[in-house]
Amino acid sequence: MTEQIASPTISARSLSRYFGNRVAVREINLELKHGEILGLLGPNGAGKTTIMRMLTGNLAPSAGCVEICGIDLLDKPRDAKACIGYLPEIPPLYRELTVNEYLQFAARLHRLSNAEIQFALDRVIHRCGLDDAGKRLIGSLSKGYQQRVGIAQAIIHDPGVIILDEPTVGLDPNQIREIRTLIRELGTERSVILSTHLLPEVESICDRVQIMHKGSTVLSDSLNNLKQKGISLEETFMQFTMDTENPKSSSSP
Amino acid sequence: MILVIARKELKILFGSPLAWILLALVQLVLAWIFLAHLDTFLQIQPQLVRIANPPGATETIIAPVFAMAAIVLLMITPLLTARLIAEERRNHTMTFLISAPISMIDIVLGKFLGLMVFFSIMIMLVVMLSMSLLAGGPLDFGLLLSNVAGLFLIAACFASLGLYFSCLSAHPAIAAAGALGALLILWVLDIAAGDDKDSVTRDLSLLAHYENFNRGMIDTFDLAYFSLFVLVFLVLSIRRLDKERLRG
Repeated sequence: MTEQIASPTISARSLSRYFGNRVAVREINLELKHGEILGLLGPNGAGKTTIMRMLTGNLAPSAGCVEICGIDLLDKPRDAKACIGYLPEIPPLYRELTVNEYLQFAARLHRLSNAEIQFALDRVIHRCGLDDAGKRLIGSLSKGYQQRVGIAQAIIHDPGVIILDEPTVGLDPNQIREIRTLIRELGTERSVILSTHLLPEVESICDRVQIMHKGSTVLSDSLNNLKQKGISLEETFMQFTMDTENPKSSSSP
Repeated sequence: MILVIARKELKILFGSPLAWILLALVQLVLAWIFLAHLDTFLQIQPQLVRIANPPGATETIIAPVFAMAAIVLLMITPLLTARLIAEERRNHTMTFLISAPISMIDIVLGKFLGLMVFFSIMIMLVVMLSMSLLAGGPLDFGLLLSNVAGLFLIAACFASLGLYFSCLSAHPAIAAAGALGALLILWVLDIAAGDDKDSVTRDLSLLAHYENFNRGMIDTFDLAYFSLFVLVFLVLSIRRLDKERLRG
């Protein structure tokens, strides 16, 4: 991937989140440039989803700040949110609406004008391979198609930052390949953050990787660097997240 | 943005059989009561003529229909409001709305507005039912208008209270039960007052304030009560959703 010198599209500094006494995320720094795909890795409960919820304004951070395309998320949530497309772990779909109705609603929520909506709708429907599903009810679609509709709603307003929480979970191998191709395409012109459990997924589509464990970053590096050093992602992952012999690091306030 | 949300609410509401079934049932029940009152009116009409200042058709037929309409609305509102927020949570679509560049105020007001459009349609049907009396004679439009205004305001109160209960719960059934319970309490509250006109419980009861509209009297105290009631529960809903974002 070509390195671009540009201001970061997303930057989070010393982001923390406590749930009562429990620390979910501790002092996370995260920065992403235009045209980069960041893979957020970590075992279950490492805080990946919490970070994504904070980056998209669904959860207020206990400390730290988030800037999206240079706009502070906490100061001007409306302007900042307009630059984000977010696909949560469970795609947020209205089963009673058709794909077209749902995507039109998503476009309107993002303040697209009527003229833009038709154009944007054609574009995402084609892009996400939903050409023959437009008039079908979302509730009647298969899991793979529902996931595509979820991605379509995240990119309909052409956001600078796309945040995908486990986008390939529950899909068959062909669908996984299609979605990965789509993410790679999206990553050439935007910033993408994606969380996953699958190491090969990170190796095949991401430029950078950030490994989380118990709410803290344990590794943040570009995949090229890792390759040059001859470190395998799997070994690194195991090494950082399997430290059961080290009880000191268990989360305590 | 409020309109975008309201439009979506109406689309989903009328996409399901619930809205149509409720509209049909309410109309059926009210038409039945309307006919019963019409029958009584026709029977006692010869005696009414002998009184110096006899009550008209509007007073004897339409006012009781509107009184009943308020109670019917009280029963069905929880069914409609329960899904507003609770179902969004259950379907995980709340994230979708919160991630969009809109505020909590837009979400709450949009949902409230969507429901009020539905109630307006329902009230329109009741008005059309009343208008059918024009075929037989004149109507007291002042009284009719006061009844319509009252029913609209009390529907707004039911909707805002139901919306708040929907914000409290992630389960539509619990939200419905909670809202119905609260509305029933507010309805029967004035029973404790008995005949005492200045009792506090009477001042707090929703239906007691509606009675004035029902008799054709628009009182500023009732207007203030209804507007404050709606405002309080809408603000509480917005605050509740905002707090959720902070607490997680």
